[in-house]
Amino acid sequence: MPAFTPPPLPSDDKRWKIVNGTMRKNGFARHALIETLHTVQSSFGYLDDDAIRFVAHSLRVPLSQAYGVVTFYHYFSLRPPGKHTVTICAGTACYIKGSDKLTAAAEKRLGIVPGQTTKDGKISLMAARCVGACSRAPVMLCDGEVMGEVTGEQMLEQLERWAVE
Amino acid sequence: MTIEELEQIAESVRLENEKYDYEVNVCMDLACASQGADKLREALTKAAEASGKKVLIRRTGCMGPCSSGPLVRVDPEEVLYSHVNASHAEKIVDSLGGKAIPELQCDLNEHFDKQVRVVLENAGHIDPEKIDDYISREGYKALLTALIEMTPNGVIHRITESGLRGRGGSGYPTALKWGTVAKAGGDLKYVVCNGDEGDPGAFMDRSVMEGDPHRVIEGMAIAAYAVGASKGFIYVRAEYPVAVARLTTALREARRRGLLGSNICGTTFNFDVEIRLGAGAFVCGEETALLASIEGRRGMPRPRPPYPAVAGLWGKPTLINNVETYANIAPIIRNGGKWFASMGSERSKGSKVFALTGKINHTGLVEVPMGIKLREIIEVIGGGVPDGHTFKAVQTGGPSGGCIPAEMLDIGVSYDGLMKVGSIMGSGGMIVMDDTSCMVNVARFFVEFCMSESCGKCIPCRAGTAQMHTLLTRICTGEGTMEDLELLEELCDTVKSASLCGLGQTSPNPVLSTLKYFRNEYIEHIVHKRCPAGVCNMKAAEEVLA
Repeated sequence: MPAFTPPPLPSDDKRWKIVNGTMRKNGFARHALIETLHTVQSSFGYLDDDAIRFVAHSLRVPLSQAYGVVTFYHYFSLRPPGKHTVTICAGTACYIKGSDKLTAAAEKRLGIVPGQTTKDGKISLMAARCVGACSRAPVMLCDGEVMGEVTGEQMLEQLERWAVE
Repeated sequence: MTIEELEQIAESVRLENEKYDYEVNVCMDLACASQGADKLREALTKAAEASGKKVLIRRTGCMGPCSSGPLVRVDPEEVLYSHVNASHAEKIVDSLGGKAIPELQCDLNEHFDKQVRVVLENAGHIDPEKIDDYISREGYKALLTALIEMTPNGVIHRITESGLRGRGGSGYPTALKWGTVAKAGGDLKYVVCNGDEGDPGAFMDRSVMEGDPHRVIEGMAIAAYAVGASKGFIYVRAEYPVAVARLTTALREARRRGLLGSNICGTTFNFDVEIRLGAGAFVCGEETALLASIEGRRGMPRPRPPYPAVAGLWGKPTLINNVETYANIAPIIRNGGKWFASMGSERSKGSKVFALTGKINHTGLVEVPMGIKLREIIEVIGGGVPDGHTFKAVQTGGPSGGCIPAEMLDIGVSYDGLMKVGSIMGSGGMIVMDDTSCMVNVARFFVEFCMSESCGKCIPCRAGTAQMHTLLTRICTGEGTMEDLELLEELCDTVKSASLCGLGQTSPNPVLSTLKYFRNEYIEHIVHKRCPAGVCNMKAAEEVLA
């Protein structure tokens, strides 16, 4: 059997080299699939068909299996994120402290549900299972920065600031 | 590395610290960091430089009472300041060597008096990114003692003596698990640390991984020596980026010091650890699903036996323990099994860390001896329910646990005690609810969680949780009937007894426990179309009125 040669990088984009680096570090082993998908998502922000295809071929994993993994885990996204992301924690402590009201207010203001991005591509609304800052519930993340004991007004102000940017 | 060398490092840290007259420890855990602990630390550093005093400003892991954050502790006086911000920096530096600042002083003596410090012994005392800080507090001494002075069987014997049970939830005796892996054949074995703290409302594992990462690594290395493994994995949630960064640094430092790698401390023992990232699937906390995820597959559980201890990662014998379990190992080796067993209750030894959250005055991390009364945790350590509301229930064990009502608060917190009242220990989330929480809605919240987290492999869980959710939604909107309630109870029984893994088997627990203790709330929703707590939106009732 001829030795396996990984497929060429999809483009000149330097980020593919980072992705390839993760696979090389793991000896292009199949079990590196999730690790590699993490690298793709942190480099590109999301996983598109080309990326999944490239990773699947490089690791000799059936495309169906790679797609199955991507859709199984909540953390992986098939769509590009908006310019800003507001993530509202939907963990138990946050729920008890009224995070469902925050989510409802954000849905109303943005006209989208968690997992979607506004049409102008400015803001993505996400729900998190628990970010581990339960002692300061309810918690939201604005572009990854944790804010605790959030009120509806605070959240709407933040959304307003982003909307007029 | 030898024990003498460890002591030399500890001594050099002591000498270095002696150059300073004061130590100001700033809690930089997530809760404090989200309240400006970063700026506070900068301001303290500047103020210290300007004052000319010899002050060591140290960032530390979680100090405990997050609701009083940002927290600062001044040593050697051991004065704890709460709600500190950058504007207080000069005042704090000025006060060093003089009187403490009364208006900032944290008055939580009762909160701390009932607690013990085993897992959290270093919390608030070390810089998590400095291995030498850890070594200066007897870090890695247990590993070297085990490698040099003890046989693998001796290590397991000491864990048996301690009576330690798994801190991930089910409470399986740790030493039994270790013994099974040790006896399993084959020269390649794995040690895995379950850091997939999926239980919403629990964050003690995050705190330990972020605040004291070497403790986890040391525990894993001792376990690997005891069971004969040479390779380890720490599986961490991707939602915990700081924990991943701290563990990465800690692993690098441990390798640099020769505490991981080949021929550790001149013995024949080889061990190294890799980090694997989770990707947001609650079911991956189940051990066989976690292993599938490490292998790069969908995290779907498989039937046991064979148990991972016999056939785990890539079919090899694999030891899986939770973060907090590993965090208990080093102190047990250092202080002896009997010391550990002297704490706790008859069948639950040692201490347990709980994340106290929800409608309670002092939220944060607490570590208590097993067997302590639930009431003491809620009323004394937690300071009771705020804003004049009354306590209704405390939820333990996350989506697999149950709600414990006020009349049960005098039970002792132990694996068996919690099980008896229809809940479980779980990983240690403790969420307090007051009279503004609707217990039917709470049950629906958890069932919705399990429904969306069900991996879909077995039908009782996949379809059962969805049907339970539909029934609970009907009840919550005032459309439920008494037949629905009967059907719900029947479904709970089916899902509980027929599901493949723990997620499905325990998913009815929140429903069953609320039905047991708060049945009247269900009846109110169904018969009177009324939500006593005023949480549920009673569509059906509004239609009747209209």
